[in-house]
Amino acid sequence: MARERVGGANRRRFGLASVREAALLPVLVLLLVVGAFVNGRFLSSANLIDILGASSALALVVLAESLILISGKFDLSLESTVGLAPAVGVLLVASQADRGWGVHVPVWLGFLCILLTGAIVGAINGTLVVKLRLNAFIVTLAMLIVLRGLLVGVTKGNTLFSVPDAYLYLGAQTAAGVPVSVWLAIAIFIAAGVLLGHHRLGRAIYAIGGNRQAARAAGINVDAISFGVFVAGGVLASLAGLILAGRLGAVSANQGNGMIFTVFAAAVIGGVSLEGGKGTVLGAATGVLLLGVVDNLLTLAQVQTFWIQAIYGVIILLALALARVTSGREE
Amino acid sequence: MMQPVAQAIDVNKRYGSTAALDAVTFAIAPGETHALVGRNGAGKSTLVSLLTGLQQPDSGTILFDGEPAPPYGDRAAWRSRVACVYQHSMIVPHFTVAENIFLNRYPRRRGGGIAWNQLRERARALMDEWHIGLDVEARASALSVEERQLIEIVRALSFGARFVILDEPTAHLESAAIARLFAHLRSLKDAGVTMLFISHHLQEVYDVCDTVTVLRDGKRICTSAVSTLGKDALIEAMTGETAEPVAQTATFDRKASPVVLDARDVRGGCVQGVSLALRTGELVGLAGIGGSGTDDIARAIAGLAPQMRGEITVDGRTVDPAVVRSAIEAGVGFVPRDRHEEGLVLGLSVAENATMTIDDLLGRFGFIESRKRDAVARELMTRLDIVASGAQQPVGELSGGNQQKTVLARALARRPKVLVLVHPTAGVDVKSKETLLQDVQRARESGTAVLIVSDEVEDLRPCDRVYVIFGGRIVAEIPAGWHENELVAQIEGVSA
Repeated sequence: MARERVGGANRRRFGLASVREAALLPVLVLLLVVGAFVNGRFLSSANLIDILGASSALALVVLAESLILISGKFDLSLESTVGLAPAVGVLLVASQADRGWGVHVPVWLGFLCILLTGAIVGAINGTLVVKLRLNAFIVTLAMLIVLRGLLVGVTKGNTLFSVPDAYLYLGAQTAAGVPVSVWLAIAIFIAAGVLLGHHRLGRAIYAIGGNRQAARAAGINVDAISFGVFVAGGVLASLAGLILAGRLGAVSANQGNGMIFTVFAAAVIGGVSLEGGKGTVLGAATGVLLLGVVDNLLTLAQVQTFWIQAIYGVIILLALALARVTSGREE
Repeated sequence: MMQPVAQAIDVNKRYGSTAALDAVTFAIAPGETHALVGRNGAGKSTLVSLLTGLQQPDSGTILFDGEPAPPYGDRAAWRSRVACVYQHSMIVPHFTVAENIFLNRYPRRRGGGIAWNQLRERARALMDEWHIGLDVEARASALSVEERQLIEIVRALSFGARFVILDEPTAHLESAAIARLFAHLRSLKDAGVTMLFISHHLQEVYDVCDTVTVLRDGKRICTSAVSTLGKDALIEAMTGETAEPVAQTATFDRKASPVVLDARDVRGGCVQGVSLALRTGELVGLAGIGGSGTDDIARAIAGLAPQMRGEITVDGRTVDPAVVRSAIEAGVGFVPRDRHEEGLVLGLSVAENATMTIDDLLGRFGFIESRKRDAVARELMTRLDIVASGAQQPVGELSGGNQQKTVLARALARRPKVLVLVHPTAGVDVKSKETLLQDVQRARESGTAVLIVSDEVEDLRPCDRVYVIFGGRIVAEIPAGWHENELVAQIEGVSA
């Protein structure tokens, strides 16, 4: 099959595929222009920084999902980790009067426990999906429900307001006028981009997602890396949870609820393939920003919140159609 | 005189420039069990696809019972004439035997529902008619492989066909199951079913068939009663007459070279204790039909066979049959059987695929310096003459031959002491085949020990010696200078 496709037709497809990486940038620019007309405040630096700040938590979860998708797997439970991990961190630190567990763990240890919670969830997913070879969709769907239930259980359905100040730092503080969470997200995205593009671990993730068996035959430790990606995904999601808690100053019992749809939308719009082996950090970031800008625009244009979901859905469909046209393949 | 059940008259079929079938004429008499044999690429599959109406001959006629075959595309008419049982099961595992037999032809109740009672009764009636004692309510997944094949045969008969083509039915069976299948085949034959039997195991031809037709290079070589055709004559017909011994170009001095690959008592799967040793610069063949265990042995050496045991060392370093990295670090390069399955990541570039086994050597702290990687890749591409628009071209866009060479590049990138290739020339064109074997030859001249797993005589020809595996054991070790007939007889397990 490959033989017939070598040559003109194929090169064209390849050319378009690289256009695909940048295809969203013009759309983004277009949206910014439209935005300027819709509302004069849209292009103000305060508003743009606002968009970035509002997107940073989502960005980390999208990065987590992208890593897992590129490795050829799937994780729906990330959204539950976004809620559960910071909740655990708060409960460990807060007194019983503040609805905590009253164990008064030091704040720094509580912070580590937030990341550890994400790592443990990732490790459980990794064990079930990679080691026991269970279907990732079903496992992580079940995990999503279990963790959601745990969050409601440990918070007894209440919102936790006694978030320690140290936890608020990431989400609520700014440095050089930009939220710390944005700096953090940028740093992590750059690190992930370097890792994926220029480190053997990153290249191994692409190889595994592209063809697990070929990767194994080339000496790549497929199971260990695949497992590690789930753990890394969990940690990133817990960090995103901490940022969200910081922004809101509280952890509600439904933090992260429904977020996974937006996460998948951003990843897919950004060109991350659901079949594995394809996608870039830059693409994922563009996907996040696109949705962030749209969200902001809809708000500024005072579109009633009832309609936002439907408009979101249409945008996702348009992005998929765009991907189909430019790459010639279904995502 | 009775008309032949099926007849091919002067049929031709070409694929591009190669003639898959060249003026083949042959006939199958009613009630006989007719064997169709030939080496890979002889034209057996093409003939089967013409006889079952899956393809049209370029010219020539197919007749059933003396009448012209149904028009191309009329599947129902073809099915009532001829049925084919393939080596890959066409059974839905979670359905019952009865459901599988009448798949998508279920008897209906009024209102459109399926008449389950009637379905079971009809299935039972068929089982009784053909003396096959299968429980029609059993799930197909609970049955053995040969029982599932019986379902397929019964399904074929239920269409009204009395002529059944069995395409390598025993390829995935063990000997006890083969015996049971054969017992059923004999009773079907007694009931008047005509069969065309395709097999790689020549012994089976002698066990169940009346007549045998030999194809070679798309031509019918002979048709003869099995009882009058000796095994030597049969093999000679399959291979063509190569009276003179194979010329051996490179003279390999065994004594001057140390043993580099030492595999002892490799077992597991169907392999029952195989030991072999290769010296530096030696080119050795490992020959055997599918299922003989050659694949498992090769994969054990490459660290890709968790089910295998054995003491394998390369230049003194131990290889764990279940750990790929141990093999790669000991110095084993591996070219797997199926390049799409295990050889390549099609979406990644030629450079990345070719350097995948040395990703730890391309930079510090695990980082990959793309300049270093591309330099290594370009050197490999030049050495192996890989044609691509550049090192960055995705390997999925290359031709089959160039893809296969990329797999070879991946294996050679680490300068292996032992190179193991499994069916390296399968699915590549003649020209690429030639250059590929030249590349292997060059690797061997530079001191790499090469093990080629194949059942293709062409691949084995340059070998210094050939181990022949049959039924999981080494049955022969043949030094260079063998006759093709002799080798094929050993491979097919029919040597005297």
